[in-house]
Amino acid sequence: MIYNGIIGSGGIAIGRAYILKKETVTINKDFIDDNRLNEELNQVDEAVELTKAQIARIKERASEDFSAEEVAIFEAHLMILEDPELINGIKELIINEKLHSSNAAAKVIENFMGMFSNIEDEYLKERAADIRDVGDRLINNLLGVTFCDIGNFDTDVIIVANDLTPSDTALMDKKHVKGFATDIGGRTSHTAIMARSLEIPAVLGLGNISAKVRNDELIIVDGTGGIVIVDPDENTLSEYHQKIEKYDNYKNELKSVSALPSVTLDGKHIDIAANIGGPSDVGAVTEYGADGVGLYRTEFLYMDRDRLPDEDEQFEAYKAVAEKLKEKPVIIRTLDIGGDKKLSYLPMQEEMNPFLGFRAIRLCLEMRNMFKTQLKAILRASIYNNIFIMYPMISSLDEVIEANKVLEEAKSELRAKGIGFDEEIKCGVMIEIPSAAISADILITEVDFFSIGTNDLCQYTLAVDRMNEKISNLYQPFHPAVLRLIKNVIDQSHKAGKFTGMCGELAGDPTATLLLLGMGLDEFSMSASSMLMVKKIVRSVSFEEAKNIAEHALKLKTSTQIREYCEMALKKLKIDINQEDGKCTPKV
Amino acid sequence: MYAESIEIQNKSGLHARPATTFIKAAQKFKSDITIEKDSKQANAKSIVSLLSLGASKGSIVKITATGEDEIQAINTLIELIKSKFGEE
Repeated sequence: MIYNGIIGSGGIAIGRAYILKKETVTINKDFIDDNRLNEELNQVDEAVELTKAQIARIKERASEDFSAEEVAIFEAHLMILEDPELINGIKELIINEKLHSSNAAAKVIENFMGMFSNIEDEYLKERAADIRDVGDRLINNLLGVTFCDIGNFDTDVIIVANDLTPSDTALMDKKHVKGFATDIGGRTSHTAIMARSLEIPAVLGLGNISAKVRNDELIIVDGTGGIVIVDPDENTLSEYHQKIEKYDNYKNELKSVSALPSVTLDGKHIDIAANIGGPSDVGAVTEYGADGVGLYRTEFLYMDRDRLPDEDEQFEAYKAVAEKLKEKPVIIRTLDIGGDKKLSYLPMQEEMNPFLGFRAIRLCLEMRNMFKTQLKAILRASIYNNIFIMYPMISSLDEVIEANKVLEEAKSELRAKGIGFDEEIKCGVMIEIPSAAISADILITEVDFFSIGTNDLCQYTLAVDRMNEKISNLYQPFHPAVLRLIKNVIDQSHKAGKFTGMCGELAGDPTATLLLLGMGLDEFSMSASSMLMVKKIVRSVSFEEAKNIAEHALKLKTSTQIREYCEMALKKLKIDINQEDGKCTPKV
Repeated sequence: MYAESIEIQNKSGLHARPATTFIKAAQKFKSDITIEKDSKQANAKSIVSLLSLGASKGSIVKITATGEDEIQAINTLIELIKSKFGEE
């Protein structure tokens, strides 16, 4: 039996199902005798204290495995428990209505939930879920029922549940829980986020799987394909065992290469960095042995919500990454929205040509307060001394000067408040518009580094909409014109004693690695799954040889010739980038 | 009893982080403190009660304190709202 769901976290797990059922507790609806009143009231105080202690313990355990963002959930839980309306409300019902403590608690919690239930507000909806989680725990404690425990297993299990609360996930036995399958939840739910940070395969939104699967039934959770197979036949099982073996081989090879430095045969060090969207991506980045983060897209902080994130919230997200990367560099790109990326709470006019329109730095320079808030949050996180700021969509020096003015204002506001930041913080620009690439010698006078965004640079240089399938044959990153622009950008930065990175797709394309290396690119930033292959190529060639390859390639006249020549060069080094045996770059 | 009215001036209103800050400040006082909006009343020391009030930017709220430190409580909370909780 195959169930289709939503991918929560990649990877494959095979194991026996453990059905996590929230026990439906029986609330005592009898009225109490007057002589039991004090006992009942004491019980409330004791249960609240016990619940607080439990949550404090969960919080402590969570802080070992999860980021500050996830740990904050439990702070909200503690705050609800300390709410005087909760405790007094329960006690009043006991005194005035002679209700049993569990009944009184259930009524107050129901009432709390009701206050938020009809409000269309993501923040309040989450608080309602928090109240439910805390409330269930409190009621169980009042009744002396042990909260269902997934903290200790003797064998490997796959948890099947309607949904998992953050406290379930935090308390879970991480050694034996191999996968999750849940009825509800989506890609951005608590469960998905936590499964990804733990790197446990998870498939969510499976409908009513928790009612259909029995305890101890054999199931496969295919978090890469988004399916769950219950009671698989022999063939399917052996097919999946092979898949797991391949995946493990791949992971092992990955681990062996990821620990090695990214240096050429003649000892030139190259930074191989990762593109990330937030703190939850950092786990994979460090596992793959990245030399840093070459592109931290901050858009995700602004999306799927109903108002701008404030300075503190942004600070926490930037800090979480800076802290985890330790001394490795983190390049934070300031907000890049507009064009195809819209925010529901920031109405923007429809544009004829969104890609040539009001977006990225253009929008930030109009909405200076929003921009300054982000810069202040980045500056505050820079106390770890490894943060670089990068402005997107720069087309001229004027924009750089203007953006730097806002940055200076942000700095002096922090200084006035006595808030520390890295006074030497480096600031660079993304090169994705041809005018910026051509005038790289001018731009470099005001910045510390460049990072080339090849996707946009290619579409703007060749006048090819990369979303339009009809002309996709014209979208050629190996076009001589694109390569000449890239070469100019790298050369101008080096002349000024500065560096150039690349964070577009070309940086993760193994066919281009020799060429870019030979052109002098200092940093390659890509999605984590491409890093192994690129590092392997860098480690198998000398810089001198790569320079010769690049020199020759730049003399060729068409994209096809250049691409074929690059493929030839890889073959000569005996590197096969099309291996399909799961050893090198399968999609993870 | 001591009371004062004020307009909520910060962008996100008495919501999310500002709500938490407000509650924590109110809990430091011994007085009973209520906050009222459109004749709906909330306990200023209860996060759930305060959030359900839905006091967004531009709302006029009346804060009332009763107890030995009532004046100090009102002054502190009014100042806090005036400071916009560090927001715009």
